Amino acid sequence: MTIRLGGILFGLAITGVLLLWSLLPGALNFAFPTKPDYYAFQEKNIAPEGGFSFDGPLGKWDTQQLQRGYQVYKEVCSACHSLKFVAFRNLQEIGFTEPEVRAEAASWEVPGIDPKDGSAIKRPGIPTDQFPSPYANEVEARAFNNNALPPDLTLITKARKDGVHYVYSLMQGYNEPDPEDVAKSPDFETPPGLYFNEYFYNINIAMPPQLLDGIVTYSDGTEATTEQMAQDITAFLTWAGEPSLIKRKQTGWFVIGFLLFATFLGFMSYKTVWATKKPKKGSPDLV
Amino acid sequence: MSFAWANSYEPKTDLTKWLDEKLPVPRLVYNAIGAGYPVPRNLNYMWNFGVLAGFFLMFQIITGIILAMHYAANTDVAFGQIEHIMRNVNYGWLMKYAHANGASFFFMVIYLHIFRGFYYSSYKAPREMIWLLGVVIFLLMMATAFMGYVLPWGQMSFWGAKVITGLFGAIPFIGEPLQVWLVGGYAPNNSTLNRFFSLHFLMPFVILGAVILHIWALHIPGSSNPTGVEVKKESDTVPFHPYYTAKDGWFLGLVLSLFAFVVFFAPNALGHAENWIEANPLSTPALIVPEWYFYPFYAILRAFTGDLTIPFTGIVLIEAKLLGVIAMFGSILLWFFLPWLDKSPVRSGSYRPLFRIFFWIFVVDMAALFYLGGAKAEEPFIVMSQIATAWYFLHFLVILPIISQIEVPKALPFSITEAVLGKDEGSSKSATPSAPPAGAMPEPAE
Repeated sequence: MTIRLGGILFGLAITGVLLLWSLLPGALNFAFPTKPDYYAFQEKNIAPEGGFSFDGPLGKWDTQQLQRGYQVYKEVCSACHSLKFVAFRNLQEIGFTEPEVRAEAASWEVPGIDPKDGSAIKRPGIPTDQFPSPYANEVEARAFNNNALPPDLTLITKARKDGVHYVYSLMQGYNEPDPEDVAKSPDFETPPGLYFNEYFYNINIAMPPQLLDGIVTYSDGTEATTEQMAQDITAFLTWAGEPSLIKRKQTGWFVIGFLLFATFLGFMSYKTVWATKKPKKGSPDLV
Repeated sequence: MSFAWANSYEPKTDLTKWLDEKLPVPRLVYNAIGAGYPVPRNLNYMWNFGVLAGFFLMFQIITGIILAMHYAANTDVAFGQIEHIMRNVNYGWLMKYAHANGASFFFMVIYLHIFRGFYYSSYKAPREMIWLLGVVIFLLMMATAFMGYVLPWGQMSFWGAKVITGLFGAIPFIGEPLQVWLVGGYAPNNSTLNRFFSLHFLMPFVILGAVILHIWALHIPGSSNPTGVEVKKESDTVPFHPYYTAKDGWFLGLVLSLFAFVVFFAPNALGHAENWIEANPLSTPALIVPEWYFYPFYAILRAFTGDLTIPFTGIVLIEAKLLGVIAMFGSILLWFFLPWLDKSPVRSGSYRPLFRIFFWIFVVDMAALFYLGGAKAEEPFIVMSQIATAWYFLHFLVILPIISQIEVPKALPFSITEAVLGKDEGSSKSATPSAPPAGAMPEPAE
């Protein structure tokens, strides 16, 4: 009885405090809002027509596309963005042969030490090196980029909500602001040094438009349109973020198939074991 | 304990005879989860989740030990170490995703297990101790899961740790020194990561110990059942093995298939994208929320937005943050008092018409708290979470005690056998066959 009385008193006290001191003032604010309207970013990302080759449970990498994406990263993105968790040797997974990987690695300069006097030098990469960062440190990165920090791209497709489509959308999001929305949000402006991009959470992004038509010349002859390059770089970064993606899905089919079969066998033995204990119509003599 | 008719263990081979004399572990297992444990024959599928929770505990311990072999608890390398596991360790990606989603599934089955307890009043005498130990296990699980989420050292790891350890700072007088002592500094740092790793490794074994006590306590009165009528005789029960091992077995297969689907095809669906960004103490995420399984309690914490003041004087009695902390801890600690708050002699919600209505309202309320805990801290979510929080406390502390006094329960079956077969020879001897047995009548109002 004491517990119940104590419980009722505590319950009424805590709900009373909540309703009178938190809910009431909050509800008044809610009824008479003072917050101004603002230019909202586009939360719904776009997807390429027909989707990506790696979409869905039966998805596969398109190695041609991954190699094109790698070319875009190398020739465009890598000027500012690192890819620190990926090693050159990983490029074999997207269809480069071992000698090609060796040559590719050697075309990058990575930090090293001089074997004679130990001073810091740049040397050609070898397959076991990770992709080098374009900047020595964060301070240098910000100094070169109007105080913005270009994020590492290894995990970018996982580190953003709906990240795969986000990257694809952002690459094509440098449009004109919607005049209607601008009229509704009087504080809206794009400050100098920033660029309007409706898919960026802050609307104005420090990165200038990058994938202009023809900025790379694909070695396989594909036409380098903005849309094509956006697709290719997205595919490459998806692979970089999760190289095991396709293996994971393929393993999944096998594991789920095995488990469902085991479940079926288990269910049949369950039915057999319980046959004499479950009441069934027409068999009143159960034990 | 056991019922008089329980099968008794008889070793058949020389080895088991020898073992039974020296250290009777096979006998222990036989009596605990084998043919020596008689279980009510009418359990429905809500009784499967205890075994599932035990399975996921062991699953988490095994995957966790493997991950610990490749992890390094140091703020400089922890995030990269996870990437090392994902990329370079053989099937490391599988271990990482299985462990992260295993925690989610562990909580899913625990929540269903707890709600089974709410509906069928599994906390009532003579099973109070099982319930109390269960609440202890739940609290240990929450602490373990929270510390585990800090280990990848992503943005949500860091900021979640900062918010939750910051709660201790709300305690008057000793709060700030206590927080600094717990964290090993003014903000989560290398010391924090190291101690969290140490404790995250230790606590599952503490949970395992508590689980053994939980099962021990269960075997004294035996399992409850959906009618809430106690076991009377042999025809009310079946041996755990093979009946419930078969039932749990196929159901485990079903749940594992669902689990495999999440692990292999949507491993990040239950997590936050933010945690794939390395922790940065200088960059606060736009929305700091814990993992989904903490949402209801996080919603209760955030519901308190106003200080408790003396009106028109501006004197603050209790700050909003402390109110939220009291309410959040209180919301779980009150479960300890549940056996004494709900005094209805009838256990099963199926025979309690008034309770049943409020139970389902509570389920909706809890679902709302689950949603609101992950929502942005803006209207209308704040007002909604305040209403849902108020209802949470009213349900346990005011509504349950009152309905247990005023409710008129439905007639209970004479026995489990009657509930299953529709007839029981024992009951025909009784003058009123369908009347509740002695001791199951509501006690007169005090």
